[in-house]
Amino acid sequence: MQSGFVLVAMSLLVFLGVYAVGDPIEILISPDADQIEKERAIRALGLDLPLWQQYLVFVGKALQGDLGRSFVFNEPAIQLILQRMPATLELAFGSMFLSILIGLPLGLYAGLRPNGALSKGIMAGSILGFSLPTFWVGLMLIMVFAVQLGWLPSTGRGDTALLFGIPWSFLTLDGLSHILLPAINLSLFKISLVIRLTRAGVRETMLMDYVKFARAKGLSPFRVTFVHVFKNIMIPVVTVVGLELGGTIAFSVVTESVFAWPGMGKLIIDSINVLDRPVIVAYLMMIVLMFIIINLAVDILYTVLDPRVRLEAKA
Amino acid sequence: MSATAVAPQVETPFRRFVSEFCASPLAVGGFVVFVIIALVAILAPWIAPQNPYDLAVLDIMDGRLEPGSVGGSGITHWLGTDDQGRDMLSGIMYGLRISLMVGVGSALIACLVGASLGLLAAYAGGRTDTVIMRLVDLQLSFPTILAALMILAFLGKGIFNVVIALVIVEWAYYARTVRGSALVERRREYIEAAVCLALPTRRILFNHLLPNCLPPLIVVGTMQIARAIALEATLSFLGLGVPITEPSLGLLIANGYEYMLSGKYWISFYPGIALLVTIVAINLMGDQMRDVLNPRLKK
Amino acid sequence: MNTLEVRGLSTHFFTRAGVVKAVEDVSFSVGRGKVMGLVGESGSGKTVTGFSVIGLVDAPGRIVSGEILFKGRNLVGMGEEELRDLRGNRIAMIFQDPMMTLNPVLRVDTQMIETVQAHQRVDRETARQRARDALGMVGIPSPDERLKSYPHQFSGGMRQRVAIAIALLHQPDLIIADEPTTALDVTIQGQILAEVQKLAANTGTSLIWITHDLSVVAGLADDIAVMYAGRIVEQGSVDQVLDVPFHPYTHGLIGSVPSRNKRGVPLRQIPGTTPSLMSLPPGCAFKTRCERADAACETMPALAEIATGRFARCVHPHIETLPA
Repeated sequence: MQSGFVLVAMSLLVFLGVYAVGDPIEILISPDADQIEKERAIRALGLDLPLWQQYLVFVGKALQGDLGRSFVFNEPAIQLILQRMPATLELAFGSMFLSILIGLPLGLYAGLRPNGALSKGIMAGSILGFSLPTFWVGLMLIMVFAVQLGWLPSTGRGDTALLFGIPWSFLTLDGLSHILLPAINLSLFKISLVIRLTRAGVRETMLMDYVKFARAKGLSPFRVTFVHVFKNIMIPVVTVVGLELGGTIAFSVVTESVFAWPGMGKLIIDSINVLDRPVIVAYLMMIVLMFIIINLAVDILYTVLDPRVRLEAKA
Repeated sequence: MSATAVAPQVETPFRRFVSEFCASPLAVGGFVVFVIIALVAILAPWIAPQNPYDLAVLDIMDGRLEPGSVGGSGITHWLGTDDQGRDMLSGIMYGLRISLMVGVGSALIACLVGASLGLLAAYAGGRTDTVIMRLVDLQLSFPTILAALMILAFLGKGIFNVVIALVIVEWAYYARTVRGSALVERRREYIEAAVCLALPTRRILFNHLLPNCLPPLIVVGTMQIARAIALEATLSFLGLGVPITEPSLGLLIANGYEYMLSGKYWISFYPGIALLVTIVAINLMGDQMRDVLNPRLKK
Repeated sequence: MNTLEVRGLSTHFFTRAGVVKAVEDVSFSVGRGKVMGLVGESGSGKTVTGFSVIGLVDAPGRIVSGEILFKGRNLVGMGEEELRDLRGNRIAMIFQDPMMTLNPVLRVDTQMIETVQAHQRVDRETARQRARDALGMVGIPSPDERLKSYPHQFSGGMRQRVAIAIALLHQPDLIIADEPTTALDVTIQGQILAEVQKLAANTGTSLIWITHDLSVVAGLADDIAVMYAGRIVEQGSVDQVLDVPFHPYTHGLIGSVPSRNKRGVPLRQIPGTTPSLMSLPPGCAFKTRCERADAACETMPALAEIATGRFARCVHPHIETLPA
């Protein structure tokens, strides 16, 4: 299907892009190693084969789940990524959760009373939310809450507890205190997004005839807002938030760098700096895979929420 | 049998746009602030107390002074100094130059590229359209930060490479916006009329089609400038952006990161404020513009 | 007592560009079981009049003066809670575009049951029964299945029937129908008109039928009020007004109906266009298009009783028979 094509295209692009990057030999082998040692290292890392052969080897191994060993850690790249994934995932989902929890009510209020002082404040706040560069907000959060007030720890991940054999930190109190600041940091952009989406949706929906008709039927304002209007705006909001999840996971590189959060993002930054190719490649493939899965999930969710789409598909 | 009422024509579209734009004091404030910032950036070499790139003037003994203290050369460092003894205020002014230059420059180039491709796709239709739109979809579905990181890993650091990376990441927004409005406009009668008059394609595209696609383009362009500035700052912060010799605001902030935990907040804080104010001002403007130009909210 | 008596109603919209006097000094009454046809073109103020009666005029508009006596109670100035009590219950409204009046993401039964439960404490099953019966009354086959469907699964005519069914759920004393058949094709239109007429006759419901189409009014209404630029320009029983129109505007409207014109002769039209409601000329609003206009038309004529029960806002009314 189309997703398969995308996957192949991505792998090609990624492979070419990464393998044309710099020269890992310069970095990984000490400059005063003699020629023999260099050649041994090259052969061991498979860098002596022609480029197209390297690609085929790469694809062959990839299909077996082997995306190469990290030059730096000497472990299978995929294993490194998977080890770090829970940390990144809990950060991403935490921030998504926060963004809906905070963004939806605020956006709803701003849409229902667009001319009130509080609404204008909320909208101005939302502009701040997506204007402020995430890394700077992270720094400020650390400065205020960790350094000045000392309420929350500044960096790192807290204690973890096992669930399905995977260590998650949100299951412990210490873990929660560590995840709070980075999650807030990561969610800021999305909170603004949700606020603006909800408000725009509410404003548009309120002008619709069916809202006026609902009022003409004598329904309570509560019902008009929370049933008629709400259901209509949920569709675009959920869709966008779902699609943003992929972007959030990718964007966590910044938050993880600021908070020294041991997730995939931090790994990739370090890997780029030392040109640890297998890790970079493995990371990109994972990201693409996740994107495809997320897009699929959102599509399914959309058909569940919007009856017009659902029934047309049946017919 | 129904006739509609005729509204009196009292104002040109531009005048109405300006008056509706000015209805929001925030947006006007944003505009004013942006103009001030742009002026500061342009005039930096003349108004900055110190040239932070001139190694001869710097004295490491002046390092890490608090805001308001007087340095060895007699200059008052209103915003303190960094670890090399550079005056923060001057650093910020010069940093603004770089940030604005990269942000606005990349946005303009991306706009040119993107708008042209978008127009082409809409006007030519068929396979050209499909190919261009596939590219746009691919570009847009890939998270911007990752794409930028990969491109910079490929090209290496440097201002020019950063601009290229930003352009590659941004062009797709312009292309999609322009194509959208161009598709709508293309079906209108005045384009048919122009085609019937056998005007050359280029003329139709640029003299007739483009001006009517401008409103959404302006909004996207404004927001994109803010995004470009923020993106460049983030990349520089991560160490993959502009070189240390010509620091943008992002790099200044990165420099100060390590001193934050020891309480010397000003090295990161003030460049951050400058960055913040710039981006917020631009976004306030763009926001109001979008509200004013949105046809669906007009009743 | 008349079901509805409107006296001197004025509704203005206060926009940034100026004040739009959408409805100015409108008075009429509708007796029990009677049908009042409110006729006019777009912008004449007929829809706003309808919204004013049901109390759904939204900002920047509001009722600035007048009384709306519904069974003796004045609706102007009434609290929102009391008004909501009446809406959908004693006064119902049917909108023009059935596509948009039903919420696309909610099922039809949800939208009908909520209307029932908004005004009466009944359980869901009873409410559903009432909904079924209402659908049956408007002639929708297999109502049980239909209840479970979504609005976009219905045709335009069916959707409008659903809207009518909803309006009838509480057997209201007054139904305001705002161009309910305009968006439908002619055959369906005829069916719906017949249904509504039958229902009104059976239940004693009063009806205000807002339209721009004279032919609809001719077959359906008892009385007619013609609106132009926010004011009523002619009023009376429908037979009399359509037979012998007094006001030049009504005269022109009837004259321009295609079926009334001879073949081969150019269609008669009213020259000119409606003035903007923001900058109305002083005096009679129709004078710019009227062949009878003269200096006497510079002052706004009052709605005078020219013959028994027949009112016209004109100083040069057509008091002669209409040429065949």
